[in-house]
Amino acid sequence: MRSVVPVTERVLETPSTVTLRFDFAPRADPGQFVMIWFPGDDELPMSLSYTEGTRKGVTIKAMGTTSQNVQNLAVGSPVGIRGPYGNRFDLAARRVLVVGGGSGSAVLAPAAELAAARGARLTVALGATHADELLFRERFDQMGARVEVATDDGSDGTKGFVTLVAERLLDSEEFDAVWTCGPEVMMEKVARAAGPRGVPVYCSVERHMKCALGMCDACALGPLHVCVDGPVFPAERLLPLEEFGRSHRDPSGRRVPFGAR
Amino acid sequence: MDSVVAELAVRIGPVALRNPLLLASGIWGESGASLAGAWQAGAGGVITKSIGERPRPGYPNPTVESYGDWGMLNAMGLPNPGMDEYPREIAVARDAGATVIGSVFGGDAAEFARLGKRMAATGVVALELNLSCPHAEGYGTEVGSEPADVEEIVRAVTREVRIPVIAKITPNSPDPAALAAAAEKGGAAAVSAINTVRALAIDVTLRRPVLAHGLGGLSGPAIKPVGLACVWQIFERVSIPVIGVGGISTADDAVEYLMAGARALEIGTAVTQGGISVFGRLATELSERLDALGFRSVDRVVGIAHETRR
Repeated sequence: MRSVVPVTERVLETPSTVTLRFDFAPRADPGQFVMIWFPGDDELPMSLSYTEGTRKGVTIKAMGTTSQNVQNLAVGSPVGIRGPYGNRFDLAARRVLVVGGGSGSAVLAPAAELAAARGARLTVALGATHADELLFRERFDQMGARVEVATDDGSDGTKGFVTLVAERLLDSEEFDAVWTCGPEVMMEKVARAAGPRGVPVYCSVERHMKCALGMCDACALGPLHVCVDGPVFPAERLLPLEEFGRSHRDPSGRRVPFGAR
Repeated sequence: MDSVVAELAVRIGPVALRNPLLLASGIWGESGASLAGAWQAGAGGVITKSIGERPRPGYPNPTVESYGDWGMLNAMGLPNPGMDEYPREIAVARDAGATVIGSVFGGDAAEFARLGKRMAATGVVALELNLSCPHAEGYGTEVGSEPADVEEIVRAVTREVRIPVIAKITPNSPDPAALAAAAEKGGAAAVSAINTVRALAIDVTLRRPVLAHGLGGLSGPAIKPVGLACVWQIFERVSIPVIGVGGISTADDAVEYLMAGARALEIGTAVTQGGISVFGRLATELSERLDALGFRSVDRVVGIAHETRR
Protein backbone atom coordinates (compact mmCIF):
# COMPACT_ATOMS: atom_id res chain seq x y z
CA MET A 1 0.00 0.00 0.00
CA ARG A 2 2.77 2.43 0.78
CA SER A 3 5.78 3.35 -1.29
CA VAL A 4 8.86 3.63 0.89
CA VAL A 5 11.22 6.00 -0.90
CA PRO A 6 14.22 8.17 -0.01
CA VAL A 7 13.99 11.92 0.40
CA THR A 8 15.80 13.23 -2.69
CA GLU A 9 15.99 16.90 -1.76
CA ARG A 10 15.38 19.12 1.24
CA VAL A 11 14.85 22.86 0.79
CA LEU A 12 14.57 25.30 3.67
CA GLU A 13 11.78 27.59 2.43
CA THR A 14 11.45 29.78 5.53
CA PRO A 15 12.99 29.53 9.01
CA SER A 16 10.04 27.34 10.03
CA THR A 17 9.21 25.50 6.81
CA VAL A 18 10.95 22.83 4.77
CA THR A 19 10.14 21.16 1.44
CA LEU A 20 10.92 17.48 1.03
CA ARG A 21 11.03 16.01 -2.48
CA PHE A 22 10.70 12.29 -3.26
CA ASP A 23 9.95 10.07 -6.24
CA PHE A 24 6.32 9.01 -6.33
CA ALA A 25 4.89 8.14 -9.73
CA PRO A 26 1.10 8.07 -9.29
CA ARG A 27 -0.65 11.02 -10.88
CA ALA A 28 -1.68 13.77 -8.48
CA ASP A 29 -3.65 16.98 -8.94
CA PRO A 30 -3.27 20.20 -6.98
CA GLY A 31 -5.38 20.01 -3.85
CA GLN A 32 -4.70 16.35 -3.23
CA PHE A 33 -2.74 15.06 -0.28
CA VAL A 34 -0.67 12.09 0.75
CA MET A 35 -0.16 10.40 4.09
CA ILE A 36 3.57 10.65 4.69
CA TRP A 37 5.12 8.22 7.15
CA PHE A 38 8.28 9.18 8.99
CA PRO A 39 9.28 5.74 10.28
CA GLY A 40 9.61 5.61 14.02
CA ASP A 41 7.85 8.95 14.36
CA ASP A 42 4.38 9.48 12.87
CA GLU A 43 2.37 9.52 9.66
CA LEU A 44 0.85 12.88 8.74
CA PRO A 45 -1.52 14.14 6.04
CA MET A 46 0.27 16.61 3.80
CA SER A 47 -1.08 18.34 0.72
CA LEU A 48 1.34 18.02 -2.17
CA SER A 49 3.21 21.26 -2.78
CA TYR A 50 4.68 19.75 -5.97
CA THR A 51 2.29 17.60 -7.98
CA GLU A 52 3.76 17.36 -11.45
CA GLY A 53 5.88 14.51 -12.73
CA THR A 54 7.46 11.81 -10.62
CA ARG A 55 9.37 14.12 -8.32
CA LYS A 56 6.60 15.11 -5.94
CA GLY A 57 6.97 17.24 -2.83
CA VAL A 58 5.44 18.32 0.45
CA THR A 59 6.16 21.48 2.40
CA ILE A 60 6.03 21.12 6.15
CA LYS A 61 5.80 23.82 8.78
CA ALA A 62 7.27 23.12 12.21
CA MET A 63 4.27 22.80 14.52
CA GLY A 64 4.14 19.61 16.63
CA THR A 65 6.91 17.20 17.51
CA THR A 66 7.04 15.31 14.23
CA SER A 67 6.90 18.34 11.96
CA GLN A 68 9.67 19.90 14.03
CA ASN A 69 11.78 16.75 13.78
CA VAL A 70 11.49 16.61 10.00
CA GLN A 71 12.83 20.12 9.50
CA ASN A 72 16.26 18.50 9.72
CA LEU A 73 15.45 15.24 7.99
CA ALA A 74 18.53 14.10 6.06
CA VAL A 75 18.42 13.63 2.30
CA GLY A 76 18.33 9.88 1.69
CA SER A 77 16.10 9.20 4.72
CA PRO A 78 13.24 6.84 3.92
CA VAL A 79 9.67 8.08 3.99
CA GLY A 80 6.49 6.08 3.37
CA ILE A 81 3.98 7.64 0.99
CA ARG A 82 0.37 6.52 0.49
CA GLY A 83 -2.14 8.25 -1.69
CA PRO A 84 -2.77 10.58 -3.36
CA TYR A 85 -6.05 11.10 -1.61
CA GLY A 86 -8.81 13.65 -1.70
CA ASN A 87 -10.12 16.01 -4.33
CA ARG A 88 -8.60 18.82 -6.41
CA PHE A 89 -8.94 22.48 -7.24
CA ASP A 90 -10.99 23.19 -10.34
CA LEU A 91 -8.43 24.72 -12.68
CA ALA A 92 -10.98 26.06 -15.15
CA ALA A 93 -11.12 29.49 -13.46
CA ARG A 94 -9.61 32.31 -15.59
CA ARG A 95 -9.22 35.07 -12.98
CA VAL A 96 -8.24 33.73 -9.61
CA LEU A 97 -7.59 35.40 -6.29
CA VAL A 98 -5.26 33.19 -4.26
CA VAL A 99 -5.24 33.93 -0.52
CA GLY A 100 -2.57 32.14 1.47
CA GLY A 101 -1.81 32.40 5.15
CA GLY A 102 1.06 30.80 7.00
CA SER A 103 1.86 27.45 5.38
CA GLY A 104 -1.32 27.55 3.26
CA SER A 105 0.71 28.62 0.20
CA ALA A 106 2.08 25.09 0.07
CA VAL A 107 -1.34 23.87 -1.05
CA LEU A 108 -2.10 26.82 -3.32
CA ALA A 109 1.19 27.14 -5.21
CA PRO A 110 0.88 24.01 -7.40
CA ALA A 111 -2.72 24.92 -8.27
CA ALA A 112 -1.74 28.48 -9.14
CA GLU A 113 1.21 27.25 -11.22
CA LEU A 114 -0.96 24.98 -13.37
CA ALA A 115 -3.67 27.61 -13.75
CA ALA A 116 -1.08 30.19 -14.81
CA ALA A 117 0.36 27.75 -17.35
CA ARG A 118 -3.13 27.48 -18.84
CA GLY A 119 -3.40 31.25 -19.13
CA ALA A 120 -5.29 32.20 -15.98
CA ARG A 121 -4.71 35.65 -14.50
CA LEU A 122 -3.55 35.26 -10.93
CA THR A 123 -3.59 37.68 -8.06
CA VAL A 124 -2.03 36.45 -4.85
CA ALA A 125 -2.56 37.78 -1.33
CA LEU A 126 0.08 36.27 0.93
CA GLY A 127 0.19 36.65 4.68
CA ALA A 128 2.60 35.65 7.42
CA THR A 129 3.76 36.70 10.86
CA HIS A 130 7.00 38.15 9.47
CA ALA A 131 8.61 38.90 6.08
CA ASP A 132 10.85 35.85 6.06
CA GLU A 133 7.84 33.55 6.64
CA LEU A 134 6.10 34.54 3.38
CA LEU A 135 6.07 31.07 1.87
CA PHE A 136 6.66 30.62 -1.88
CA ARG A 137 6.68 34.35 -2.57
CA GLU A 138 9.28 33.96 -5.31
CA ARG A 139 7.44 30.97 -6.74
CA PHE A 140 4.27 33.05 -7.11
CA ASP A 141 6.31 35.91 -8.65
CA GLN A 142 7.78 33.47 -11.19
CA MET A 143 4.31 32.38 -12.28
CA GLY A 144 3.62 35.93 -13.38
CA ALA A 145 1.12 36.49 -10.59
CA ARG A 146 0.51 39.89 -9.06
CA VAL A 147 1.56 39.38 -5.43
CA GLU A 148 0.52 41.53 -2.48
CA VAL A 149 1.76 40.69 0.99
CA ALA A 150 0.73 41.34 4.55
CA THR A 151 2.74 40.69 7.70
CA ASP A 152 1.56 40.79 11.31
CA ASP A 153 4.56 42.88 12.32
CA GLY A 154 4.68 45.12 9.24
CA SER A 155 8.13 43.87 8.20
CA ASP A 156 6.84 43.74 4.63
CA GLY A 157 3.74 44.90 2.82
CA THR A 158 0.58 45.81 4.68
CA LYS A 159 0.78 45.60 8.45
CA GLY A 160 -2.05 43.33 9.50
CA PHE A 161 -3.91 40.24 8.38
CA VAL A 162 -3.98 39.05 4.81
CA THR A 163 -7.79 39.13 4.93
CA LEU A 164 -7.62 42.95 4.74
CA VAL A 165 -5.52 42.71 1.56
CA ALA A 166 -7.91 40.12 0.14
CA GLU A 167 -10.95 42.33 0.76
CA ARG A 168 -9.26 45.29 -0.91
CA LEU A 169 -8.41 43.15 -3.95
CA LEU A 170 -11.95 41.78 -4.12
CA ASP A 171 -13.20 45.36 -4.29
CA SER A 172 -10.73 46.49 -6.96
CA GLU A 173 -10.66 43.52 -9.38
CA GLU A 174 -13.00 40.99 -10.97
CA PHE A 175 -12.45 37.33 -10.06
CA ASP A 176 -14.05 34.03 -11.12
CA ALA A 177 -12.87 32.24 -8.03
CA VAL A 178 -10.99 32.58 -4.77
CA TRP A 179 -8.70 29.79 -3.64
CA THR A 180 -7.66 29.96 -0.03
CA CYS A 181 -5.63 27.95 2.46
CA GLY A 182 -4.28 28.83 5.86
CA PRO A 183 -5.57 29.13 9.42
CA GLU A 184 -9.23 28.22 9.39
CA VAL A 185 -10.29 31.42 11.11
CA MET A 186 -8.67 33.28 8.19
CA MET A 187 -10.39 31.10 5.57
CA GLU A 188 -13.77 31.72 7.16
CA LYS A 189 -13.21 35.48 7.02
CA VAL A 190 -12.17 35.26 3.36
CA ALA A 191 -15.23 33.17 2.56
CA ARG A 192 -17.57 35.61 4.29
CA ALA A 193 -15.92 38.56 2.51
CA ALA A 194 -16.13 37.08 -0.98
CA GLY A 195 -19.63 35.61 -0.70
CA PRO A 196 -21.56 38.89 -0.73
CA ARG A 197 -19.38 40.03 -3.63
CA GLY A 198 -20.60 37.01 -5.60
CA VAL A 199 -17.27 35.24 -6.02
CA PRO A 200 -17.13 31.50 -5.27
CA VAL A 201 -14.53 30.56 -2.68
CA TYR A 202 -12.73 27.22 -2.38
CA CYS A 203 -11.02 26.37 0.91
CA SER A 204 -8.47 23.65 1.49
CA VAL A 205 -9.24 22.42 4.97
CA GLU A 206 -7.15 20.32 7.30
CA ARG A 207 -8.07 18.03 10.14
CA HIS A 208 -6.32 15.37 12.20
CA MET A 209 -6.29 12.13 10.21
CA LYS A 210 -5.71 8.49 10.97
CA CYS A 211 -7.04 6.26 8.19
CA ALA A 212 -7.47 8.86 5.39
CA LEU A 213 -9.85 6.31 3.83
CA GLY A 214 -13.20 7.60 5.06
CA MET A 215 -13.56 5.07 7.85
CA CYS A 216 -12.37 6.25 11.24
CA ASP A 217 -14.11 9.65 11.58
CA ALA A 218 -10.98 11.41 12.88
CA CYS A 219 -11.34 14.07 10.16
CA ALA A 220 -15.11 14.51 10.55
CA LEU A 221 -16.23 18.11 9.94
CA GLY A 222 -19.97 18.25 10.44
CA PRO A 223 -21.37 15.62 8.06
CA LEU A 224 -18.24 15.77 5.89
CA HIS A 225 -15.02 13.77 5.94
CA VAL A 226 -12.05 15.89 4.90
CA CYS A 227 -10.13 12.88 3.58
CA VAL A 228 -12.73 11.72 1.04
CA ASP A 229 -15.12 14.65 0.60
CA GLY A 230 -12.29 17.23 0.59
CA PRO A 231 -9.82 18.62 1.40
CA VAL A 232 -10.98 21.27 -1.08
CA PHE A 233 -14.51 22.48 -0.35
CA PRO A 234 -16.65 25.26 -1.77
CA ALA A 235 -17.29 27.75 1.01
CA GLU A 236 -21.07 27.31 0.78
CA ARG A 237 -20.64 23.75 2.09
CA LEU A 238 -18.50 24.93 4.99
CA LEU A 239 -20.07 28.17 6.18
CA PRO A 240 -23.27 26.54 7.51
CA LEU A 241 -21.24 24.16 9.66
CA GLU A 242 -20.97 24.97 13.35
CA GLU A 243 -17.39 23.73 13.52
CA PHE A 244 -15.95 25.52 10.47
CA GLY A 245 -13.65 28.29 11.60
CA ARG A 246 -14.55 27.59 15.22
CA SER A 247 -13.43 24.15 16.30
CA HIS A 248 -11.69 20.99 15.21
CA ARG A 249 -11.15 17.63 16.88
CA ASP A 250 -8.05 16.42 18.69
CA PRO A 251 -6.72 12.86 18.21
CA SER A 252 -9.20 11.55 20.80
CA GLY A 253 -12.12 13.13 18.96
CA ARG A 254 -12.79 15.82 21.53
CA ARG A 255 -13.83 19.15 20.06
CA VAL A 256 -11.19 21.83 20.55
CA PRO A 257 -11.81 25.49 19.73
CA PHE A 258 -9.30 27.04 17.30
CA GLY A 259 -6.79 29.06 19.24
CA ALA A 260 -7.28 27.05 22.44
CA ARG A 261 -4.16 25.79 24.20
CA MET B 1 -47.93 -2.67 -8.22
CA ASP B 2 -44.79 -3.10 -6.11
CA SER B 3 -43.11 -6.47 -6.44
CA VAL B 4 -43.01 -8.42 -3.21
CA VAL B 5 -39.62 -8.14 -1.65
CA ALA B 6 -38.51 -9.82 1.51
CA GLU B 7 -39.19 -8.15 4.84
CA LEU B 8 -35.99 -6.86 6.43
CA ALA B 9 -37.21 -5.82 9.89
CA VAL B 10 -35.74 -7.90 12.71
CA ARG B 11 -35.70 -7.89 16.50
CA ILE B 12 -32.71 -8.44 18.73
CA GLY B 13 -34.40 -9.19 22.02
CA PRO B 14 -36.70 -6.24 22.63
CA VAL B 15 -34.88 -3.99 20.16
CA ALA B 16 -36.66 -3.53 16.84
CA LEU B 17 -34.43 -2.79 13.84
CA ARG B 18 -35.78 -1.59 10.51
CA ASN B 19 -33.24 -3.82 8.78
CA PRO B 20 -30.48 -6.14 9.99
CA LEU B 21 -27.57 -3.99 8.74
CA LEU B 22 -25.89 -2.21 11.64
CA LEU B 23 -22.99 0.23 11.41
CA ALA B 24 -20.12 -1.58 13.16
CA SER B 25 -18.31 0.04 16.08
CA GLY B 26 -15.20 1.94 15.06
CA ILE B 27 -16.53 3.07 11.70
CA TRP B 28 -17.82 6.64 11.39
CA GLY B 29 -18.79 6.62 15.03
CA GLU B 30 -16.75 9.42 16.58
CA SER B 31 -19.14 12.22 15.74
CA GLY B 32 -22.89 12.44 16.10
CA ALA B 33 -23.18 13.87 12.59
CA SER B 34 -21.52 10.76 11.17
CA LEU B 35 -23.75 8.42 13.17
CA ALA B 36 -26.73 10.37 11.85
CA GLY B 37 -25.30 10.19 8.33
CA ALA B 38 -25.02 6.41 8.49
CA TRP B 39 -28.62 6.20 9.74
CA GLN B 40 -29.78 8.48 6.92
CA ALA B 41 -27.86 6.33 4.44
CA GLY B 42 -30.05 3.39 5.47
CA ALA B 43 -28.33 1.54 8.30
CA GLY B 44 -30.76 -0.45 10.47
CA GLY B 45 -28.98 0.88 13.53
CA VAL B 46 -25.67 2.48 14.39
CA ILE B 47 -23.13 1.32 16.92
CA THR B 48 -20.97 4.01 18.46
CA LYS B 49 -17.22 4.12 18.71
CA SER B 50 -16.06 2.19 21.82
CA ILE B 51 -16.05 4.71 24.61
CA GLY B 52 -13.88 4.58 27.74
CA GLU B 53 -13.82 6.59 30.93
CA ARG B 54 -11.07 8.98 29.85
CA PRO B 55 -10.31 10.53 26.46
CA ARG B 56 -7.77 8.47 24.52
CA PRO B 57 -5.80 9.80 21.53
CA GLY B 58 -5.14 6.25 20.37
CA TYR B 59 -1.84 5.08 18.92
CA PRO B 60 0.36 7.22 16.65
CA ASN B 61 0.03 6.73 12.92
CA PRO B 62 0.40 4.58 10.89
CA THR B 63 -2.81 3.14 12.26
CA VAL B 64 -4.04 1.43 9.10
CA GLU B 65 -2.69 -0.69 6.27
CA SER B 66 -5.02 -1.45 3.40
CA TYR B 67 -5.02 -4.70 1.45
CA GLY B 68 -7.25 -3.28 -1.27
CA ASP B 69 -10.35 -5.34 -1.91
CA TRP B 70 -9.65 -8.07 0.55
CA GLY B 71 -9.20 -6.28 3.79
CA MET B 72 -7.61 -3.86 6.15
CA LEU B 73 -5.30 -4.01 9.13
CA ASN B 74 -5.78 -1.45 11.87
CA ALA B 75 -4.29 -0.58 15.25
CA MET B 76 -6.13 2.55 16.21
CA GLY B 77 -5.75 2.00 19.94
CA LEU B 78 -9.35 2.81 20.89
CA PRO B 79 -9.24 6.58 20.29
CA ASN B 80 -12.34 8.16 21.79
CA PRO B 81 -13.33 11.43 23.43
CA GLY B 82 -14.27 9.75 26.75
CA MET B 83 -17.60 9.28 28.43
CA ASP B 84 -17.81 12.89 29.68
CA GLU B 85 -17.83 14.34 26.15
CA TYR B 86 -19.45 11.62 24.09
CA PRO B 87 -23.12 11.98 25.17
CA ARG B 88 -23.40 15.19 23.11
CA GLU B 89 -22.56 13.17 19.97
CA ILE B 90 -25.17 10.54 20.84
CA ALA B 91 -27.73 13.32 21.29
CA VAL B 92 -27.06 14.54 17.73
CA ALA B 93 -27.59 11.03 16.39
CA ARG B 94 -30.77 10.47 18.39
CA ASP B 95 -32.13 13.84 17.30
CA ALA B 96 -31.76 12.59 13.73
CA GLY B 97 -33.97 9.63 14.66
CA ALA B 98 -31.19 7.05 14.70
CA THR B 99 -31.42 3.74 16.57
CA VAL B 100 -28.17 3.94 18.52
CA ILE B 101 -26.33 1.11 20.25
CA GLY B 102 -23.60 2.29 22.64
CA SER B 103 -20.24 0.52 22.63
CA VAL B 104 -18.06 0.65 25.73
CA PHE B 105 -14.76 -0.84 26.80
CA GLY B 106 -12.91 -1.14 30.06
CA GLY B 107 -9.94 -2.88 31.64
CA ASP B 108 -12.00 -4.82 34.18
CA ALA B 109 -15.57 -5.68 35.15
CA ALA B 110 -15.99 -2.67 37.45
CA GLU B 111 -14.96 -0.25 34.70
CA PHE B 112 -17.31 -1.90 32.21
CA ALA B 113 -20.13 -1.61 34.73
CA ARG B 114 -19.52 2.09 35.39
CA LEU B 115 -19.34 2.85 31.68
CA GLY B 116 -22.32 0.70 30.83
CA LYS B 117 -24.43 2.57 33.34
CA ARG B 118 -23.38 5.97 31.98
CA MET B 119 -23.86 4.87 28.38
CA ALA B 120 -27.33 3.52 29.13
CA ALA B 121 -28.26 6.90 30.59
CA THR B 122 -27.68 8.58 27.20
CA GLY B 123 -30.74 6.85 25.76
CA VAL B 124 -29.07 4.22 23.58
CA VAL B 125 -31.32 1.21 22.92
CA ALA B 126 -28.66 -1.37 23.81
CA LEU B 127 -25.03 -1.72 24.83
CA GLU B 128 -22.31 -3.56 22.94
CA LEU B 129 -19.34 -4.55 25.10
CA ASN B 130 -15.98 -4.37 23.31
CA LEU B 131 -14.22 -7.34 24.88
CA SER B 132 -11.18 -7.07 22.59
CA CYS B 133 -9.62 -4.19 24.48
CA PRO B 134 -6.50 -4.85 26.52
CA HIS B 135 -6.95 -6.43 29.90
CA ALA B 136 -6.00 -4.11 32.75
CA GLU B 137 -3.94 -6.87 34.37
CA GLY B 138 -2.73 -9.07 31.53
CA TYR B 139 -0.41 -7.08 29.30
CA GLY B 140 -1.56 -7.33 25.71
CA THR B 141 -4.28 -9.92 26.37
CA GLU B 142 -7.79 -9.15 25.27
CA VAL B 143 -10.04 -8.60 28.27
CA GLY B 144 -12.62 -11.04 26.91
CA SER B 145 -10.37 -13.96 26.05
CA GLU B 146 -11.36 -16.10 29.06
CA PRO B 147 -14.95 -17.34 29.66
CA ALA B 148 -14.79 -16.58 33.37
CA ASP B 149 -13.84 -12.96 32.68
CA VAL B 150 -16.55 -12.58 30.04
CA GLU B 151 -19.20 -13.90 32.42
CA GLU B 152 -18.00 -11.60 35.19
CA ILE B 153 -17.97 -8.52 32.97
CA VAL B 154 -21.39 -9.18 31.46
CA ARG B 155 -22.89 -9.91 34.85
CA ALA B 156 -21.45 -6.69 36.30
CA VAL B 157 -22.94 -4.65 33.46
CA THR B 158 -26.37 -6.30 33.38
CA ARG B 159 -26.67 -5.52 37.10
CA GLU B 160 -26.38 -1.80 36.31
CA VAL B 161 -28.63 -1.40 33.25
CA ARG B 162 -32.07 -2.33 32.03
CA ILE B 163 -31.35 -2.20 28.31
CA PRO B 164 -30.09 -5.27 26.40
CA VAL B 165 -26.38 -6.00 26.67
CA ILE B 166 -24.60 -7.43 23.62
CA ALA B 167 -21.19 -9.04 24.13
CA LYS B 168 -18.82 -8.71 21.15
CA ILE B 169 -16.79 -11.89 20.90
CA THR B 170 -13.14 -12.00 19.90
CA PRO B 171 -11.95 -14.55 17.33
CA ASN B 172 -8.50 -14.58 18.90
CA SER B 173 -9.17 -17.40 21.33
CA PRO B 174 -9.42 -21.16 20.88
CA ASP B 175 -13.14 -21.40 21.75
CA PRO B 176 -15.34 -18.45 20.76
CA ALA B 177 -18.47 -20.50 21.47
CA ALA B 178 -17.37 -20.90 25.10
CA LEU B 179 -16.95 -17.13 25.34
CA ALA B 180 -20.44 -16.65 23.93
CA ALA B 181 -21.90 -19.20 26.35
CA ALA B 182 -20.22 -17.35 29.21
CA ALA B 183 -21.78 -14.09 28.02
CA GLU B 184 -25.19 -15.76 27.91
CA LYS B 185 -24.65 -17.09 31.43
CA GLY B 186 -23.77 -13.56 32.58
CA GLY B 187 -27.08 -12.28 31.24
CA ALA B 188 -26.21 -11.02 27.76
CA ALA B 189 -29.24 -10.43 25.54
CA ALA B 190 -27.18 -11.22 22.44
CA VAL B 191 -23.63 -11.71 21.22
CA SER B 192 -21.91 -10.22 18.19
CA ALA B 193 -19.12 -12.10 16.44
CA ILE B 194 -16.47 -11.38 15.42
CA ASN B 195 -14.18 -8.52 16.34
CA THR B 196 -10.97 -8.14 14.32
CA VAL B 197 -8.48 -10.97 13.82
CA ARG B 198 -5.02 -10.42 15.35
CA ALA B 199 -2.64 -9.73 12.46
CA LEU B 200 0.59 -8.03 11.44
CA ALA B 201 2.30 -6.35 8.48
CA ILE B 202 6.05 -5.77 8.13
CA ASP B 203 7.78 -3.38 5.74
CA VAL B 204 10.76 -5.27 4.42
CA THR B 205 12.75 -2.21 3.30
CA LEU B 206 12.45 -0.63 6.72
CA ARG B 207 12.63 -3.96 8.57
CA ARG B 208 9.87 -2.92 10.92
CA PRO B 209 6.13 -3.39 11.42
CA VAL B 210 4.06 -1.04 9.33
CA LEU B 211 1.65 -0.03 12.08
CA ALA B 212 3.06 2.13 14.86
CA HIS B 213 1.66 -0.25 17.47
CA GLY B 214 2.92 -3.33 15.65
CA LEU B 215 0.14 -5.91 16.01
CA GLY B 216 -3.26 -4.94 14.74
CA GLY B 217 -6.65 -6.33 13.80
CA LEU B 218 -7.59 -7.62 10.37
CA SER B 219 -11.03 -6.85 8.99
CA GLY B 220 -12.81 -7.07 5.67
CA PRO B 221 -13.52 -9.88 3.20
CA ALA B 222 -10.40 -11.86 4.21
CA ILE B 223 -11.93 -12.61 7.61
CA LYS B 224 -15.41 -13.57 6.45
CA PRO B 225 -14.72 -17.32 6.60
CA VAL B 226 -13.39 -16.89 10.15
CA GLY B 227 -16.45 -14.88 11.18
CA LEU B 228 -18.78 -17.42 9.65
CA ALA B 229 -17.11 -20.27 11.53
CA CYS B 230 -17.46 -18.44 14.83
CA VAL B 231 -21.12 -17.57 14.20
CA TRP B 232 -21.75 -21.21 13.23
CA GLN B 233 -20.21 -22.56 16.43
CA ILE B 234 -21.83 -19.92 18.63
CA PHE B 235 -25.27 -20.54 17.15
CA GLU B 236 -25.00 -24.20 18.10
CA ARG B 237 -24.02 -23.31 21.65
CA VAL B 238 -26.29 -20.43 22.80
CA SER B 239 -30.00 -19.60 22.69
CA ILE B 240 -29.63 -15.84 22.53
CA PRO B 241 -29.50 -14.02 19.16
CA VAL B 242 -26.18 -13.79 17.33
CA ILE B 243 -25.13 -10.72 15.37
CA GLY B 244 -22.73 -11.60 12.57
CA VAL B 245 -19.83 -9.33 11.64
CA GLY B 246 -16.69 -9.72 9.58
CA GLY B 247 -16.17 -9.01 5.91
CA ILE B 248 -19.75 -8.43 4.80
CA SER B 249 -19.93 -6.36 1.63
CA THR B 250 -22.44 -8.13 -0.62
CA ALA B 251 -25.95 -9.48 -0.22
CA ASP B 252 -24.64 -13.03 -0.50
CA ASP B 253 -22.16 -12.36 2.31
CA ALA B 254 -25.09 -11.22 4.45
CA VAL B 255 -27.15 -14.29 3.58
CA GLU B 256 -24.21 -16.57 4.44
CA TYR B 257 -24.07 -15.05 7.91
CA LEU B 258 -27.84 -15.33 8.35
CA MET B 259 -27.77 -18.97 7.30
CA ALA B 260 -24.89 -19.60 9.71
CA GLY B 261 -27.07 -18.34 12.55
CA ALA B 262 -26.93 -14.57 12.60
CA ARG B 263 -30.13 -12.62 13.18
CA ALA B 264 -28.55 -9.23 12.45
CA LEU B 265 -25.31 -8.07 10.87
CA GLU B 266 -22.66 -5.38 11.27
CA ILE B 267 -20.94 -3.64 8.38
CA GLY B 268 -17.60 -1.91 8.85
CA THR B 269 -14.73 -2.17 6.39
CA ALA B 270 -17.12 -2.20 3.41
CA VAL B 271 -17.77 1.50 4.10
CA THR B 272 -14.16 2.17 3.11
CA GLN B 273 -14.66 0.43 -0.23
CA GLY B 274 -18.03 1.72 -1.31
CA GLY B 275 -18.80 4.64 0.97
CA ILE B 276 -21.72 4.98 3.37
CA SER B 277 -24.19 4.32 0.56
CA VAL B 278 -23.31 0.65 1.04
CA PHE B 279 -26.17 0.48 3.57
CA GLY B 280 -28.90 1.55 1.20
CA ARG B 281 -27.50 -0.56 -1.61
CA LEU B 282 -27.07 -3.65 0.54
CA ALA B 283 -30.55 -3.38 2.06
CA THR B 284 -32.12 -3.34 -1.40
CA GLU B 285 -29.92 -6.15 -2.67
CA LEU B 286 -30.50 -8.27 0.43
CA SER B 287 -34.25 -7.94 0.15
CA GLU B 288 -34.15 -8.91 -3.53
CA ARG B 289 -31.75 -11.77 -2.91
CA LEU B 290 -33.86 -13.26 -0.14
CA ASP B 291 -36.86 -12.96 -2.41
CA ALA B 292 -35.02 -14.74 -5.22
CA LEU B 293 -33.97 -17.50 -2.81
CA GLY B 294 -37.57 -17.98 -1.71
CA PHE B 295 -37.50 -16.32 1.71
CA ARG B 296 -40.22 -13.88 2.75
CA SER B 297 -38.29 -12.40 5.66
CA VAL B 298 -34.92 -12.40 7.38
CA ASP B 299 -36.29 -14.49 10.25
CA ARG B 300 -36.88 -17.46 7.95
CA VAL B 301 -33.21 -17.64 7.05
CA VAL B 302 -31.58 -17.55 10.46
CA GLY B 303 -29.54 -20.68 11.07
CA ILE B 304 -31.12 -22.58 8.20
CA ALA B 305 -27.79 -24.05 7.08
CA HIS B 306 -27.69 -26.01 10.35
CA GLU B 307 -30.94 -27.75 9.47
CA THR B 308 -29.92 -28.73 5.96
CA ARG B 309 -26.63 -30.31 7.01
CA ARG B 310 -26.61 -34.04 6.56
